[in-house]
Amino acid sequence: MARPLRMSSVVDAVGQTPLVRLRNVAKTAPGVKVYLKLEYMNPGGSVKDRPALQMMKDAIADGRLTRDKVLIDATSGNTGVAYSIFGAALGYRIALVMPANVSQARKNITRAFGTELIFSDPMEGSDGAIRMCRKLVAENPDKYFYSDQYRNPSNPRAHYLGTAVEILEQVGDELTHFVTGLGTSGTCMGVTRRLHEHSRKIICVAAQPEEALHGLEGLKHMASSLIPEIYDETLPDEHMPIRTEDGWDMADRLAQEEGLHVGHSTGANVFAAVKIAERIKTGCVVTIACDRGDRYFAPMRWEKHYEW
Amino acid sequence: MAITVRIPTPLRTLTQGKDEVEAAGKTVREIIDDLERHYPGLKDRLCDEKGVRRFVNIYQNEEDIRFLESLDTKVKDGDSISIVPAIAGGR
Repeated sequence: MARPLRMSSVVDAVGQTPLVRLRNVAKTAPGVKVYLKLEYMNPGGSVKDRPALQMMKDAIADGRLTRDKVLIDATSGNTGVAYSIFGAALGYRIALVMPANVSQARKNITRAFGTELIFSDPMEGSDGAIRMCRKLVAENPDKYFYSDQYRNPSNPRAHYLGTAVEILEQVGDELTHFVTGLGTSGTCMGVTRRLHEHSRKIICVAAQPEEALHGLEGLKHMASSLIPEIYDETLPDEHMPIRTEDGWDMADRLAQEEGLHVGHSTGANVFAAVKIAERIKTGCVVTIACDRGDRYFAPMRWEKHYEW
Repeated sequence: MAITVRIPTPLRTLTQGKDEVEAAGKTVREIIDDLERHYPGLKDRLCDEKGVRRFVNIYQNEEDIRFLESLDTKVKDGDSISIVPAIAGGR
């Protein structure tokens, strides 16, 4: 199903994203088709539009989210951008808890939609934001609807109903492998569940940072993190650790060799996809472009005058 | 010289859970070497053969050492060194 060209609201622009063949970065595996699903084509510029919209729609439908409440969640960025857009479009108030060290661009994008920002300790990372968000909700239970992307089943459901079905439509029965990185694990859980229902076995691989301290924004090193409640470690057929430097280098190559300027988590996804392709020799691998690289452009204080 | 080093959450498994540790040295490089002696494995998390890893930020007080003299940045008694991840995980 193609995306309609005329629509009544920005929320209708979510999904039906293009799938692009990677020819240059995957040329080490000539017998394998490697495809990247461009989730940055969503109106909020990231894969997070899908779960954010699903979580809001499901909560509105069963009365958890009303006009009297403020939707609150912990997010270092893309989910927050998505909530902010759909909150503005659908008429709901949004508050976001994020570590103070997220990029200025993220803060500015979400503020543009009228969203309230609450900052947590930069030393505590995204888990610090989660803990602070829980505390705020516990203190003000009537004020907030806690969307809780790490626990909300609507998050993986968005990918079960949307992303996975689109991938099957786009590559047909060629698909042999799917790989994506773990953040909330929503994409991995939802897509994997749907692909495992397919009549023929499709191998689903979960990638995650190799080390606890890493630079793959949006991805989680599960062993050292608060484990998302939606995460089932046994669901993926394989787990693959990725070094930050490999993800960063692949993100650079995607821009220069494919014309796809993506964020570091996408670099990690594609690095993993190419690694699988090199191993399997023949087949078809699909992975996800979570967001664009320009979301990380605005220099943080420590990046000024610094060339990577 | 005793310098206070702030340790981010992901590295606290190496420091027995401590969020602040003391280290001795006249430069950031010496501080990191001293940390490695007391908390083996820490140095590889922070540095590679080229210096500080690209996604790791080390601050001397309020300044990123990349804009100072990197690993050769001199430290003095009472300084605070902070290791701050470039990013935050989860989205």
